[in-house]
Amino acid sequence: MGGWAIAVHGGAGVDPNLPQERQEEAKKLLTRCLHLGISALRSNIPAIDVVELVVRELETDPLFNSGRGSALTENGTVEMEASIMDGPKRRCGAVSGLTTVKNPISLARLVMEKSPHSYLAFSGAEEFARQQGVELVDNDYFITEENVGMLKLAKEANSILFDYRIPAAGLESCSAGAAADSPLVMNGLPISVYAPETVGCVVVDSEGRCAAATSTGGLMNKKSGRIGDSPLIGSGTYACDLCGISCTGEGEAIIRGTLARDVAAVMEYKGLDLQGAVDFVVKERLDEGKAGLIAVSRDGEVACGFNTNGMFRGFATEDGFMEVGIWE
Amino acid sequence: MGWAIALHGGAGDIPLSLPADRRLPREAALHHCLEIGVAALKAQKHPLDVVELVVRELENHPNFNAGKGSVLTSRGTVEMEACIMDGNSKKCGAVSGLTTVVNAISLARLVMDNTPHIYLGFDGAEAFAREQGVETVDSSHFITPENIERLKQAKEADRVQIDYTQPIQKDEKSESPTGNEDSQIGTVGCVAVDKNGNLAAATSTGGFVNKMVGRIGDTPIIGAGTYANNLCAVSATGRGETIIRGTVSRDVAALMEYKGLSLKEAAAYVVECNPRGDVGLVAVSAKGEVTMPFNTTGMFRACATEDGYSEVAIFPSVQD
Repeated sequence: MGGWAIAVHGGAGVDPNLPQERQEEAKKLLTRCLHLGISALRSNIPAIDVVELVVRELETDPLFNSGRGSALTENGTVEMEASIMDGPKRRCGAVSGLTTVKNPISLARLVMEKSPHSYLAFSGAEEFARQQGVELVDNDYFITEENVGMLKLAKEANSILFDYRIPAAGLESCSAGAAADSPLVMNGLPISVYAPETVGCVVVDSEGRCAAATSTGGLMNKKSGRIGDSPLIGSGTYACDLCGISCTGEGEAIIRGTLARDVAAVMEYKGLDLQGAVDFVVKERLDEGKAGLIAVSRDGEVACGFNTNGMFRGFATEDGFMEVGIWE
Repeated sequence: MGWAIALHGGAGDIPLSLPADRRLPREAALHHCLEIGVAALKAQKHPLDVVELVVRELENHPNFNAGKGSVLTSRGTVEMEACIMDGNSKKCGAVSGLTTVVNAISLARLVMDNTPHIYLGFDGAEAFAREQGVETVDSSHFITPENIERLKQAKEADRVQIDYTQPIQKDEKSESPTGNEDSQIGTVGCVAVDKNGNLAAATSTGGFVNKMVGRIGDTPIIGAGTYANNLCAVSATGRGETIIRGTVSRDVAALMEYKGLSLKEAAAYVVECNPRGDVGLVAVSAKGEVTMPFNTTGMFRACATEDGYSEVAIFPSVQD
């Protein structure tokens, strides 16, 4: 009990056929991020700063769906969103529709600290970014070749999923044939083209302060302007005196279930402990939806829960516990 | 059990001395909207349809901060947002950053019904509006002389805070300049339940006077300004940043669900827990109860229940 703790995630809903090499890369990145967070915590850096610096690292690395490496909109562009919340006074900041900001989570932090508002989006957010002097890049910077390929597959998969005139036998002959092997579907996309949605980090520091941060490129092939759960306080991200939570998965299900807030509400109003609250929420709040989340409590506990096929995650606590995982 | 409906036209620091020419048209509008909402419930319309049609009416009324009559951004433009939620299915739809759509709430409904998404913003939302063929007009349609004046006054009062290179001191005094701010914050909303316990909530707003372009408030955020499940439906109004942080509408439902509080108790508790002057809400329960608590000077509101109770008010009622 007590002490610092940190959890990170790189998204829930993983292709069961994910090549071993990719799995190793993911675990390496999660481990690296944990170590970054751990050093910061050992230097007594406050939780709110730790979650930001860890998520920046996840955004900068193209492996997961945030910052560079973000999923693409139906137009082939990138629109990123993020939110951050500081437990002690429940201060929060969020951004959506970013196209040139290198680290969305840092802009969300600036919204929280340097603007009179909690949430800025699209051209207004980009304008604020310019005023604040944050690092800006061309939209191309965020686009990876791999995601361009994925977008193509997603478009094909969508047209097959929705075009009932194509007989099922035709599925094998097209490039979205992988869909026939992996019947798992998330957000309407076959798991092979679905980009697990998000990255996040939750931390409790040695003073017992909790913080949470989440960042994403969103849903592959999404309509331009689509906002998911990641920037929505109470859905994708939440932190208060008791705990910090970051969610990932089917955005619409997370929003409907106000997942992040519910973990804290269940602790607060039903007196459940952290893991109990996480399990309750994943079991009872998702209905048909698929999602996962990581959480920390002010007492130095970490927890995670997911009803998806896998979730990229890592944990560490002050007493030396450390674990990185993908599957159940 | 029985139907119930409650609607609001915004909570805020409404001056007790609000002149008749500003008070009477709004009271009349509240009466009118209540009547059409009640008529729709009596005609067995689904609460989702009822809240949409009432909010459309409030949006069209130029004296409330939604649709026509929306407050202006720092650039003198309008950016409207809205949200609708169905209690049974917890399906929801939200929009932000609208500039030409006559009825934001109806676009939110279409996002819910016609897309696999929940929330569309800005250019993407406007493009969707065109795809769906909803009514759009030139943005000047929404701008009223009162709001041009409000913006002017707000800029005067906030002169110091407009320089975004300086860190903003978020103390409450400087965020609430005294003066004519009866619509500086505020929103419209409606919640309804039919005799079968089906619940729905809808909220719509122009946002915060002199807000930064691109600022999103609590209204379109599920769990903050708008929420409905199978226990209750809630629409909140007030200072958006507070309502977001306080996950106000979700908390009312969560207290009922997890702590077994009644609708009235849960709503009163949530309002009390938030900073004075920041929050108001209307809520109905599956059992046909209604409550309209606020910790601001006033809240434009109206409600009615099947057993004949009805109320239209602005300031705290005598029995509170």
